[in-house]
Amino acid sequence: MNVSDIHKRLVDEFGDKISGVNSETLDPWIEVVPSAIVEVATYLRDEPELRFDALNNLSAVDYFEPDEKKAAKFSHEPHLEVVYHLYSYANKHFLTLKVKLPRWQDDEPGVLPEIPSVTGVWGIADWHEREAYDLMGITFTGHPNLRRILCPEDWEGHALRKDYDFPQEYHGVRN
Amino acid sequence: MSIQVEDPRVVEFDVRTDEMLVNMGPQHPSTHGVLRLLLRTDGEVVHEVTPHIGYLHRCAEKIGENLSPPQWIPYTDRMDYLAGMNMNLGMALATEKLIGMEVPEKAMVLRVMIAEMGRIASHLVGMGAYGLDLGSFSPFLYAFREREIILDLFEEVCGARLTYSYLTVGGATHDLPASIPIPPGLASLTGDDENRHVSWMQAATLFLDWLEPRIREYHTLLTENSIFIKRTAGIGILSREDAISYGCTGPVLRGSGVDHDLRRDGEPIYTRMYDGYDFEIPVAPFAKAPPEAVLGDNWSRFFVRMMEVVQSIGLVRQAIAKYPTAEGTFRVPYKLNQKLPSAECYLETECPRGQMGFYLVGDGKAEPLRARAKSSCFCNLSVTADLCRGCLLADIPSIVGSLDVVMGEIDR
Repeated sequence: MNVSDIHKRLVDEFGDKISGVNSETLDPWIEVVPSAIVEVATYLRDEPELRFDALNNLSAVDYFEPDEKKAAKFSHEPHLEVVYHLYSYANKHFLTLKVKLPRWQDDEPGVLPEIPSVTGVWGIADWHEREAYDLMGITFTGHPNLRRILCPEDWEGHALRKDYDFPQEYHGVRN
Repeated sequence: MSIQVEDPRVVEFDVRTDEMLVNMGPQHPSTHGVLRLLLRTDGEVVHEVTPHIGYLHRCAEKIGENLSPPQWIPYTDRMDYLAGMNMNLGMALATEKLIGMEVPEKAMVLRVMIAEMGRIASHLVGMGAYGLDLGSFSPFLYAFREREIILDLFEEVCGARLTYSYLTVGGATHDLPASIPIPPGLASLTGDDENRHVSWMQAATLFLDWLEPRIREYHTLLTENSIFIKRTAGIGILSREDAISYGCTGPVLRGSGVDHDLRRDGEPIYTRMYDGYDFEIPVAPFAKAPPEAVLGDNWSRFFVRMMEVVQSIGLVRQAIAKYPTAEGTFRVPYKLNQKLPSAECYLETECPRGQMGFYLVGDGKAEPLRARAKSSCFCNLSVTADLCRGCLLADIPSIVGSLDVVMGEIDR
């Protein structure tokens, strides 16, 4: 099934919760609103003709240019994107799902944006979401164990954010 | 006078044991690097395992956002340091997919040859270290003796023994050397003259000729060894459904009976490298399995690796036969500061430990906006908590060893 067909089926099922599609790029993607990600993911996994039973990769991208001089040339609106790369072992097809999030919840700096967790749909989402929380600063609501996974528990900040301040010191060890 | 006990259960109840928290690692030798497992045990029985990772975290992804793709390739070596060649290949292919670069046939044959040699070296370590985990020392020595010769051959090709950065965007950094002395390890084993010079491909063929009959010995040493079978068969059973849901890939997935290998089922940019090659994909269950073995247990995972070595030997031989007549050059030039298009792509390749994925987002600069490395071991390790629930303490090294994790890749 190609992405246009999948998009059509999703729009029939979920209406305006499917907010965009691009079937022309290298990895065609479908965009979903944050609140609907769990039901869309469950539908994609369970529908016999789709059966996306594997989550190959879950990552997040920070579209932001911290340098004010360069920001004028930056071609994207500042936002975060959570990207799900799905694969179906049964039907041998790929799909990329995207969810756009604000960089900070309600534009209040320091408050992490929220998205429902897909841990219940794919088991591996547990660790991938912990990593996205740790490095990109995204809160996955409903996650059973949302702790830092690669950095120590008392680490401050989220390293893959474009405006991350590199710490000068950690427990008396200077960089 | 003897004490009469009416109900024997009363006595049992009185000598109950307490739960204990045991830290295994991060310096424990059988954790393959700096993996720390927090075990909640009751006597010999493990109730819960919590893996703690991140001791080797270098935030390679952040570094990747400040370097152009060919500059980031040396960092991919240091992720899975036992299969550097395969990691280089994954990153190079992802970049080529992003910029739409075509690689000549000669470079593709060269890549198959080198990547499959890397797979043999990596599986030899996997096999040897697994024997070591289970208390059998000699397979480890044999495996490292063989691997040493592959490292010597790789050193002749690119000058490095572990962190190669050899396969790069557009092909490889050098052509295969026309004349090298026979690797000293191989010369002493075959009784050849150490000073005799041969071409790199002849030396590789000499090595494969020597390695192939030895695989029979490894099977006698480990696979068919009754102690080894007792320690691995029927332990750490991973079901097909769990393997897929937890994103397990590579030998772990195939050991659970899923017939999937990206060299055959992947994206065209990767599979076309393997067009015209004759190879099989070993998938559990095996006819040769001992009666105790179950689908998805430690033994199956181990045996998948052993069988893959045989297939890789065949692939290297076929690539060596094709190389002299392959068209084109070993490399198309790529500038370090060449700008990436405003596009994104994700590509997975079949590394020895599973499917390694690279996700690149370009935005018109030479450095990508986002460089993500999805680790295969990261996903494979995430099933440990499920596999180890209720097992014996002594089975933990057996289960973790059968997953064959490399911490450098998990922590990145």
